[in-house]
Amino acid sequence: MHLILFLFFGGICVAGAVNLLVQRHPINSALSLVVVMASLAGEYLLLGAEFVAAIQVIVYAGAIMVLFIFTIMLLNAGEEERSKGSRVAILLGIPGVAIGGVLVAWTLLRHSNTAWVPMFALPGDPRAIARLLFRDFLLPFEVTSVLILIAIMGAVVLASKPEAVAPPKAAEPTPREAPELVASGRER
Amino acid sequence: MSITTFAIVSIIKSIAVIFVLLTAVAYSVWLERKVSAHIQNRWGPTRVGPFGLLQPLADGVKFIFKEDLTQPYVYKTLYIASPIIAVVFAITAISVIPFGNSITIGSITTPFQITDLNIGLLVVLGITSMGVYGVALAGWSSNSKYSLLGGLRASAQMISYEVSLGLSLIPVLMLAGSFSLREIVNKQQHLHWNFFYFPFGTLAFFVYLISAYAETNRTPFDLPEAESELVAGYHTEYSAMKFAMFFMAEYANMVTVACLSTLLFFGGWLGPVFGPPIVQSLLPVLWFCLKVFFFMFLYVWVRWTLPRFRYDQLMAFGWKVLLPTAVANLVVTGLVVAWKPDIWLVK
Repeated sequence: MHLILFLFFGGICVAGAVNLLVQRHPINSALSLVVVMASLAGEYLLLGAEFVAAIQVIVYAGAIMVLFIFTIMLLNAGEEERSKGSRVAILLGIPGVAIGGVLVAWTLLRHSNTAWVPMFALPGDPRAIARLLFRDFLLPFEVTSVLILIAIMGAVVLASKPEAVAPPKAAEPTPREAPELVASGRER
Repeated sequence: MSITTFAIVSIIKSIAVIFVLLTAVAYSVWLERKVSAHIQNRWGPTRVGPFGLLQPLADGVKFIFKEDLTQPYVYKTLYIASPIIAVVFAITAISVIPFGNSITIGSITTPFQITDLNIGLLVVLGITSMGVYGVALAGWSSNSKYSLLGGLRASAQMISYEVSLGLSLIPVLMLAGSFSLREIVNKQQHLHWNFFYFPFGTLAFFVYLISAYAETNRTPFDLPEAESELVAGYHTEYSAMKFAMFFMAEYANMVTVACLSTLLFFGGWLGPVFGPPIVQSLLPVLWFCLKVFFFMFLYVWVRWTLPRFRYDQLMAFGWKVLLPTAVANLVVTGLVVAWKPDIWLVK
């Protein structure tokens, strides 16, 4: 039963990932990514990591991907055009993929006699995870959160326009000259 | 309990819960129309059945027989999928909600709950956060400016208020020490309801209630479907049963929010219990339903009392008032719980 479910979610996950690349419309690709995230949550659940599964759905599928779709909707991104593919991609890409595949296969074959992770054996309940995060790995955890805070602050600095750069009020076109410019300026 | 019995009991429970939920959804529409009418000194539905009680059935029949228009300019796959997404996630969220203790019929004892998970609350949050896709994609796939604006507003609003909603629930989790909704309720015995845990529980409740109203797109936060500016917002291009599905999703989400407020802050099914065993197992369900009914009534009451926010007010309120309040409440509650776990100001 577990194997069937594992293969089921794994199949959906891989199909979603392939669909992500094949689809030409960004919204469809983003939705395939949601499917990938959700089926990964299913795999976590099978391993007994129910907390990680729930967080995966809430954070990735529920929040981050909504922001992706929000951005795509806001920019009104259209369909991509089909190109013939660049020569660099063919020359470097195919050998690169081949080397990567061989490396992964080699590693898998070399380590295939190591022990399997039994289903539901990982410490997955919220209490165990809290113990790991807030006692055993407290410093790395806090350092990571400071790192994320720095990233947020960097994003704010990049997004906010400094006041000095903005043109003085007198330089703005009057509504009679260019109403659409004023309108777009006010929106910001 | 053998696996067959378990499967049969689970299927019966699921069907019963979904039937009750859909009936509750239909009759909350009736409640809304009736209460709004009385607030405005009108009668509301009176023609179909006594007190207009059969009006939801008539509405359902009307929705089924109406012409289902699909405009030629829509993005068809997502246009059809989005009402389904909205309603499916709205209904699934009920699966981890407990309604009462447990009932014994013959040799089978089963809790009043489809399934009890130790991450129950997170499951509800996860499922409701996926429900945003229904609204956002409906707005985008309709390919009309009103729908698009409605969908954009909905997703921005839901993302913003989800943060303070989640943070307002953490004090409750700290008081209960569990994500399981059943355990959270069991920690509130003897009127130690989280709402009475003044000021932390009370504050958390109001932050939760406000953000939940915004999450369910209800007045005063119903900007995604603000009819005076956006026609009908994200469901402008929908008709017949597809429109009804958005309606059902909205009311099912309201029911979920009402259930969660009851469970997390008002002691769930706890209340006076007496009498023979069968009454003892059914009375908690009655208390639960009464509390949920109160919150549904509150929804309607608020909707027909308060005017709508302006969009910048909505965002400013969410990020500059609600979020700092929730964070401050969270920190202070954490300190108090760590310092003295059982101080109760109302005993």
